[in-house]
Amino acid sequence: MSGWLSKRGGWLGVYAVVYLVFLYAPIFLLPTFAFNDSTVIAFPLQGFTTEWFSGLSGVPALTGAVKTSLLIAVTSALLATTLGLCAARAGVRYRFPGKGPIMGLIMVPLVLPEIIVGVSLLVVIVSILGLPLSSWTVILGHTLICTPFAVAILNASYQSLDTSLEEAAIDLGETPVSTFRLITLPLIMPGIIASLLISFTISLDEFIIAFFLTGAEPTLPVYIWSQLRFPQKLPIVMALGTILVAASIVMLTLAEIMRRRGLKKAGKKDTGGFL
Amino acid sequence: MSAGQGLSEAKKGLLLAAPPGLYAILLLAVPLGAVLLLSFWSQDFLTLDRTFTLKNYREAFSEPLYMLLLGRSLLISGAVTLVTVLLAFPIAYFVSFHVRPERKSLWIFLITIPFWTSYLIRVFLWKVILGYNGVLNTALLGVGFIDEPLTFILYNANAVVITLAHAFAPFAILPIFVALEKIDRSLLEASRDLGEGTVRTFTRVTLPLAMPGVVAAILIVFIPTIGDYVTPDLVGGPNGLMIANMIQTQFLKLNNAPMGAALAVIAMVSVSVISLLIVLVTMRWSRRGA
Amino acid sequence: MKPLITLSGLHKSFGDVEVLKGIEAEIGEGEFFSLLGPSGCGKTTLLRIIAGFETPTSGVLSIDGRDMSTVPANKRPTNMVFQSYAVFPHLSVAQNVGFGLRRSELSKVEKAKKIEEALGMVGLAGLGGRAAHALSGGQRQRVALARALILEPKVLLLDEPLSALDKKLREQMQSELRRLQRQVGITFILVTHDQEEALIMSDRIAVMFDGQIAQLAPPQELYRRPVSRRVGDFIGVMNFLPAEARLEEGRDIAVEIAGLGRTVLEQEQCPAGFVNGRGAVGVRPESLSVLFDGEQARGEVAEGEVAEVIYYGDMTYYEIALPGAPERLTVSMKNRAGRPVLERGAAARLEWDASSLIYFPS
Repeated sequence: MSGWLSKRGGWLGVYAVVYLVFLYAPIFLLPTFAFNDSTVIAFPLQGFTTEWFSGLSGVPALTGAVKTSLLIAVTSALLATTLGLCAARAGVRYRFPGKGPIMGLIMVPLVLPEIIVGVSLLVVIVSILGLPLSSWTVILGHTLICTPFAVAILNASYQSLDTSLEEAAIDLGETPVSTFRLITLPLIMPGIIASLLISFTISLDEFIIAFFLTGAEPTLPVYIWSQLRFPQKLPIVMALGTILVAASIVMLTLAEIMRRRGLKKAGKKDTGGFL
Repeated sequence: MSAGQGLSEAKKGLLLAAPPGLYAILLLAVPLGAVLLLSFWSQDFLTLDRTFTLKNYREAFSEPLYMLLLGRSLLISGAVTLVTVLLAFPIAYFVSFHVRPERKSLWIFLITIPFWTSYLIRVFLWKVILGYNGVLNTALLGVGFIDEPLTFILYNANAVVITLAHAFAPFAILPIFVALEKIDRSLLEASRDLGEGTVRTFTRVTLPLAMPGVVAAILIVFIPTIGDYVTPDLVGGPNGLMIANMIQTQFLKLNNAPMGAALAVIAMVSVSVISLLIVLVTMRWSRRGA
Repeated sequence: MKPLITLSGLHKSFGDVEVLKGIEAEIGEGEFFSLLGPSGCGKTTLLRIIAGFETPTSGVLSIDGRDMSTVPANKRPTNMVFQSYAVFPHLSVAQNVGFGLRRSELSKVEKAKKIEEALGMVGLAGLGGRAAHALSGGQRQRVALARALILEPKVLLLDEPLSALDKKLREQMQSELRRLQRQVGITFILVTHDQEEALIMSDRIAVMFDGQIAQLAPPQELYRRPVSRRVGDFIGVMNFLPAEARLEEGRDIAVEIAGLGRTVLEQEQCPAGFVNGRGAVGVRPESLSVLFDGEQARGEVAEGEVAEVIYYGDMTYYEIALPGAPERLTVSMKNRAGRPVLERGAAARLEWDASSLIYFPS
């Protein structure tokens, strides 16, 4: 019985590994070409170089794009996590009229095509309000799409937080505000950090909405998009991509560690990943 | 009444839900309404004509190019959804049923990582993989599998399907995984105990119980893919362009926002109708199964 | 008894569901008071109203003569031991126990001394440095107790505190809680669905059904004189036989009981009141006995048959079928040396006494 099962699992296991190769193929290729001593992105490889990485520092437009993207990503992450905290607490702790529709609307950007988000914000900001596009318009859009992820992560934090812990603190003389500071915040802190990191990563990588809403200062993905048109710039883009992917992986690993620590702190069993 | 207990539960909940709720209303619901409104206006070179008109919709339905793009988009999105969900189910099943519990979150983490890494660069890398001198052709030529490079894998709809199936893989795996995780394992033992074999247990117990997750996966892949314009642009070639490319062009290049808005509305309505049909059909199917 | 807590006309609704329908009670100073009832009867809601976590829809709660409607939970002279214990997982045992002292004027040394005293009181002396999430269920329970008692509340509220413990530990904690309550001398209000637990620990018990107090009495009175068939059924085991009653001359009541025949009851055997007509007679299993060969009957005797034997070691429970009785009667007998255990199907002589019967009109 068990041998038969493991054999079945074995075939599935082989499939799973092939699937992971499919998922990771582009990511493994990225550094391969980033360190390849050729301006053509193709096999066979020509030799090892760090030229493309050192070339990155000499592009002022790139430095500007990095700064813009960092500003946008940090602001969006803070805003989305704040909104996510409110929504998650309301959703997990309270019953109120219109809860279903309100929570549903907040989560809609998760399934809405990003072009629709970009187009609709563009229409309101430019055609109707007549405001200029800037980093702030990108922040508005990114906060909108990051909030559902923040809500999903913080929902899990709030669900694993026993309501009677907060009640116990109140019962022992603390006010609602000091209870939040002394009990709630420390216990959901891992979730907050995970939410900040995930939102930051989403915003940093997001292109479709940013392309519609970016102002005079392009974000990093918008800058990369403009560079993809020039074949001679591609190796530098590969180098840039390698750094970005490495940064994303570091941030996600941190977020995952935070999530697990949060579960452990609350004395809960691990039941899966984000979302 | 004091602040500590004075507010009723409903008021506290509403007060908390207000900031994210208002944000979503102001920056999502209102803008979507604005798009709908704009689609009934018209663009006269640089000025926006605010009289109600169906001109954009008439044009959208009479111009063959728009209908071709819409039809192709729906087909491509459908194909992407089918491929993604079919490829994803065994993975979700494997992780849920064959991976030791303490390793599950590691697997899920590994599966989600590629999803979080620069989307633009990932799409571009598929161009590198699938190209004439690309990784795949070089490899296949190298081992002597083919004599000349394959050309049907880049700059067409196939390339778009492969690339999007890659991009949306975690979106399909996660809901199915969650649904499978929720299945009480003793139900499967009960089915075996009642005389069903592995295959029949899967089709009569596991699959129906996993269906909500499968439907969620279908929707979460199908709806957003219709709005992608980066993948078609980079790997689709002229015959792989989709409706989103046209919407983007109308807004940003042709400066005809009302036409773009009308196309966006048409695309959203088609996707919603199809999604609704999918949900209804699966609901009826599961009920009959039960 | 000096009343400390007064509940008058308390109503509570959640949406359309009315969970408390007019609660009236007084709870005394230094009393061990239990709210007993099946799940969903409103006992936990009532406790949470006293703690200040729920606001009554109408009615008045006062503690020590003070109306509590404007006093939030953190300002009430009550402290609570939660069902899940709610021991803060990110704090140490000492930090948990000393949590409520944060706002007090005591010096660090005095606080530490108080914490150690409280830990000693619940048998956790020297464990202050432990991490809370490393504790066993019984230890968490003790931390929760020490944490609540350290603030010297007027009332300690306990929400099913023992339900998560296994049987042995539960019994040990029951007597320990009782000892602790005598030691600190404050009012304890215990919510429980376990009637045995309530009987063992309480000075008085309020039995609740459907948002109302069905009976409020000391354990013995509750057991011996239940005011309704439902209370009698909920507390311990009670046999019920259909009966017809009629008020005789004087104060006596003549009843015709299915399976037992005619007898006469006194008025105090009708705690639920009396009306002529149909009703039921209730009798506890230990008030009945099975006569063994050669034993002399001291009361009345009914002839029947042993329908079922349930052997418990120290006790044997018989189910006796009586001709004319629609239901079997459960009889509990102590297993003494030399006393045989009857077999199923054997003839049984059932001894009963009119003074142990309770009459409930229908």
